[in-house]
Amino acid sequence: MSLDLPASASAAPAPQADAFDAAFLAERAAEFRDQVARRLSGSLTEEEFRPLRLMNGLYLQLHAYMLRVAIPYGTLSAAQMRALAEVAERWDRGYGHFTTRQNVQFNWIALADAPDILDHLAGAGLHAIQTSGNCIRNVTTDALAGAAADEIADPRPYAELIRQWSTDHPEYLFLPRKFKIAISGAETDRAVTRAHDLGLHLRREGDAIGFRVIVGGGLGRTPRLGSVIRDFLPEADLLPYLEAVLSAYNLAGRRDNKYKARIKITLAEMGETAFREMVETEFARIRPGFPPVDPAHFAAIKARFPAPPAPRAPVPLPPALADFARNLAPHKVAGHVAVTVSLKPHGLPPGDATAAQMRALADLAERYSRGEIRISHDQNVVLPHVAQIDLPALHAGLVAAGLATGNVGLLSDIIACPGLDYCALATARSIPVAQAIATHFRDLGLEAEIGELRLKISGCINACAHHHLGHIGILGLDRAGVESYQVTLGGDAGDAAALGEIAGPGFTSEALIPALERLLRAYLAERAPGERFIDTLRRQGPDRFRAALYAGGDDA
Amino acid sequence: MNENVIVRDDGFHADDWTGAMFEIDPAAEIDLDAALAAPLVRVAFAAMTDGRGFTIARRLRAAGFTGRLRALGPLVSDQYRHARKTGFDEIEIPPALAARQPEAEWLRAAARSRRDHRSLIHGLDATRK
Ligand code: SF4
Repeated sequence: MSLDLPASASAAPAPQADAFDAAFLAERAAEFRDQVARRLSGSLTEEEFRPLRLMNGLYLQLHAYMLRVAIPYGTLSAAQMRALAEVAERWDRGYGHFTTRQNVQFNWIALADAPDILDHLAGAGLHAIQTSGNCIRNVTTDALAGAAADEIADPRPYAELIRQWSTDHPEYLFLPRKFKIAISGAETDRAVTRAHDLGLHLRREGDAIGFRVIVGGGLGRTPRLGSVIRDFLPEADLLPYLEAVLSAYNLAGRRDNKYKARIKITLAEMGETAFREMVETEFARIRPGFPPVDPAHFAAIKARFPAPPAPRAPVPLPPALADFARNLAPHKVAGHVAVTVSLKPHGLPPGDATAAQMRALADLAERYSRGEIRISHDQNVVLPHVAQIDLPALHAGLVAAGLATGNVGLLSDIIACPGLDYCALATARSIPVAQAIATHFRDLGLEAEIGELRLKISGCINACAHHHLGHIGILGLDRAGVESYQVTLGGDAGDAAALGEIAGPGFTSEALIPALERLLRAYLAERAPGERFIDTLRRQGPDRFRAALYAGGDDA
Repeated sequence: MNENVIVRDDGFHADDWTGAMFEIDPAAEIDLDAALAAPLVRVAFAAMTDGRGFTIARRLRAAGFTGRLRALGPLVSDQYRHARKTGFDEIEIPPALAARQPEAEWLRAAARSRRDHRSLIHGLDATRK
């Protein structure tokens, strides 16, 4: 096993691999081994075992078990990436799938292997704890955290604090439904905080750090953008406030109908005011007696996230790499950029990486990004701290690994869920649809011309690919045994968060692509110079575009 | 066995309580004053996946309840530490469950480490048993 820390001393330490967590993860892996044995001996029934295995990240899928491994706040060390590569190779079919919630999924796991895999992951400071089940899930954040030019403060120390607080929290492991938290530390929200059960947007008032607290966002069959219930929650109040929200939800959330059990429904049914009062009452009750965060402990958490690199002389991008400019984001330190490595090569499943690619990414991260790797909610990989002068060498390394697709933010940078190829809940395929769309527009040569376009495809109403937030969203449904693709227009995951509107009746899989082509040609005809699809759509309203979509009927 | 079994840190017991008991059904309105005054409060869990009782227990303890606190229902041994950490003293489980998950499993669960991230956060001893 190649779990030794890389030779490069500059590599970031695995943030969660301190002694306490190492012991905790080893205990949890042993506990799960025991649970599997007790399931096999009959001491645990399948019904009892189910929530326990889900809490350890193990899903029963269409063809096999799927193991969902957390990538806390999307940050991985090179050594951890190699540990994932090893899991892919030894226990899966040689690849892993990165999801929209900063997790990685292995789709072909044998239940009997799961305890060994968890042991292996624990050795690298990784785990699958609370990546599923009706509990507080992996806390997600901005993939550019610690690097982005527009950052107010690195959100990851707070994400780690929340991770620690929520891990095996005895009160919140059997909630009415799953509970997802996202935190953004920059001006621009790249963590989709308004589509989470609880979103935190870090803010600064004078010297004080605090959070805008957003509750009750979520997609699925009842999409809803979260409501702001506190505009500025002082940093010191964070954990007691979370306790107040979670305990209120634990008691008030519905348990009679799983489709109405998310906190967004609790909030919608109670009304925002009553909900806020319930939380504030509980907060007022517990806040005075709530022990403060130990300053030494929080300082130690902060110290795990190394300061950004020292400034370098800026270097312009060589003209030969012009197409790669889309994959670069401004860095807070001069002479650096954050590089997004697209996991969306045209025609391949979005978000998949092979074991060889994971190792190549680990090597490149060590050489050019201080050993740090991020997973973005767009299912891409980010190398956060790359010196501009290293870009040509990094690019060459990416080309060699088949990872140099320069399509970040373009039409083929599609978010797609596993859909009918893997998922037991799916009503339609999503990966093949994504592949077909990406190759179609590449072959037309229109992709660069169309420019920034966020396209998201979910394989059922659960909306794991966040299709409601796509500029163009596609939802695959089953209509009397036939796949039918419903298109939504005008969604946005960014600061101007918006839910897309359903354009009309669904399309057959054959009719979908010509319809999208008509839609996008209409955009090209209507747009003002430099205007993005979403902006033209907002300026003109949806009618013109709906007409273009349906100009060929819905099954032509 | 056809009586419920009481599980504590030291294993299985027959119910030895003869005094007054205050029952809490998480689905109903809770009379907090009455609960606080009772010597034993029993909180019902409709299913192992219904975690309301954990919040109720924690709130009762926070409100100053010092009597005996009992969880009633089909919790499994894997939840023993959660019950103890939220303030329960014991769990009352149905006989069929006690037969399927024998005392040894519960003793093992009770002996398992209660390593606790929240104590770590607050600078308290996080590895206490
Ligand atoms: S959206 Fe539906 S099909 Fe896609 S991963 Fe989620 S549950 Fe499965």
